[in-house]
Amino acid sequence: MAFIELNNVVKNYAKGSEVVHVLQDLNLSLEAGDFLALMGPSGSGKSTLLNLIGGIDQPTAGRVVVAGSELGSMSSSQLAKWRSESIGFVFQFYNLLPFLTAQRNVELPLLLTNLNGSQRKENAMTALRTVSLDDRAKHKPGELSGGQQQRVAIARAIVADPQILVCDEPTGDLDRQSAQEILALLEILNEQFKKTIIMVTHDPLAAEHAKNILHLDKGVLVESGQTEVAT
Amino acid sequence: MIKQIFKISLMNLRNLPSRFGISSVVVVGIGGVVGVLVAILAMASGFESALSSGASNDRVILLRDGSTDEMASSISQAEVALIETLPGVAALSPELYTVVDVPKMDTGTYANLIARGVGTGAFEVRPEVEIVAGRNFEPGRTEIIAGAKAATEFRGLDVGAEVPLRDSMWRVVGHFEAAGSAYESEIWLDFPAALNAFRRNSATSLRVRLDSPASFEELTQAIESDPRLQVQVISEPSFMERQSATLRQTIKSFGYAVAVIMAIGALFAALNTMYTAVSTRTIEIATLRAIGFSSVPIVVSVMIEAVILAILGGALGALFSYVIFNGFTVATLNPAAFSQVAFDFNVSTEIVYLGMTWAIVIGFFGGLLPAISAAYIPITTALRGE
Repeated sequence: MAFIELNNVVKNYAKGSEVVHVLQDLNLSLEAGDFLALMGPSGSGKSTLLNLIGGIDQPTAGRVVVAGSELGSMSSSQLAKWRSESIGFVFQFYNLLPFLTAQRNVELPLLLTNLNGSQRKENAMTALRTVSLDDRAKHKPGELSGGQQQRVAIARAIVADPQILVCDEPTGDLDRQSAQEILALLEILNEQFKKTIIMVTHDPLAAEHAKNILHLDKGVLVESGQTEVAT
Repeated sequence: MIKQIFKISLMNLRNLPSRFGISSVVVVGIGGVVGVLVAILAMASGFESALSSGASNDRVILLRDGSTDEMASSISQAEVALIETLPGVAALSPELYTVVDVPKMDTGTYANLIARGVGTGAFEVRPEVEIVAGRNFEPGRTEIIAGAKAATEFRGLDVGAEVPLRDSMWRVVGHFEAAGSAYESEIWLDFPAALNAFRRNSATSLRVRLDSPASFEELTQAIESDPRLQVQVISEPSFMERQSATLRQTIKSFGYAVAVIMAIGALFAALNTMYTAVSTRTIEIATLRAIGFSSVPIVVSVMIEAVILAILGGALGALFSYVIFNGFTVATLNPAAFSQVAFDFNVSTEIVYLGMTWAIVIGFFGGLLPAISAAYIPITTALRGE
């Protein structure tokens, strides 16, 4: 079985009396260490697919198996624990807690572990060094640029050493230079730290940083392929 | 789970200063409810205290059989002489209870003031009464002493002043205190002189100090077994309780009614504010849940925050009422005696506890629904800020 495997996945939403079919009979296999870009127009279902893999949403039908765990059979508290151990989230708008310093934000996932305060701080600083922001550890999000905030968010995503990073438009709110820095960082995490990365993006240039690209349209995978090495 | 609750709650509380505006709305709203509740209950407590303070188990009041208050009672001088000889009686004061019209200090309008003719044993029966200015009246003379609160609530009761009572002028020769009891809202005069002035020939009541509280039964049996005596014996605490019951209940009912209405308003205000406070953190809470925090710790942490804000509000309201009202003297009509009784607001520990309980209940229910809403909305919906 593949590292990430989706079999005959269907996802429907109720919108009033209407049923919206977001994903239709979707099958997908990903190996550990992959870096996948999910592309497609708005409403195509790419974020929904990302949420299913990240364990923050459940399919209407079908199986989602990630790192050996079938997510559909887990309770919400089991899923929460699984996410804390297996998944790192990177959001388009960073989702940092505004009243916490960068270091405290990065420490958040470690609050769910048995590490003591000094161990948490040490690990957070290591993660911040990885994203080259250890000199901004005491700054609050409001005191950082968009690119720096996203790097803090990536440090938060990797601090508990999850196997998988799910990134929802990680460069969607950034200028070109900051976006390039973030994408380069994701490549390092994939290649050197062996993280499996699934990234939703609208940006073809961003997608070129991934090893594989999948296109979704109206809930159906329409095309897939390997990318060229980004330039 | 406990660790998660502790960590999230600590984080929320640290964040309170950054939500000062919205948090202070909850604090002030709940503080207002508690402040009003405490003030009203302090009024009821002060009134009750004025009528019952100094009530002693070794004192009894004797009234005509069937009478419920001193005004409607009558005990002949022959009965007084008989009772004086009964077992258990340590001291006795025949008293004439009547009301006179005296202008109030603040408005100048006439109000009922209790004028009590007391026997020579009155001070022995009530050892807590002491002259604090001037001197006591002399038997047989048209002299009065005024209670300390009566002297401040009514005009013309300064020491040396003359007061018209019925057909003659009475000189105020002293002021007395009585441990804060309702006697301080009365004027006292010599019993025989009072009978003469008010053209009466019998007492309205008798105050008796017993040898000991145990003598109550002995005296009651002695009176009931003597067919010449048509009087009832009531312990002073029971009598005071009965006298204050009507107004105390009225004030309390009014107080609770006002407090309940305000509490409902505050509950909805707290709900609304907590919803707003939580809704501004929807994405923040969803992010925590995505990272792996469970729903229960999030519910509990929001509840803890709501209850802490409510406790702050309750403490603020209680403190405000204490500073403004505790010891504040007012006078009102005691419907049981058709006379003015002055009393101090009494913000007691029990009332503060009650106010704080109300605050916690409001905070708990005000925080419950927003907390549940925040913790159980689908993460994907919350992450979109919906």
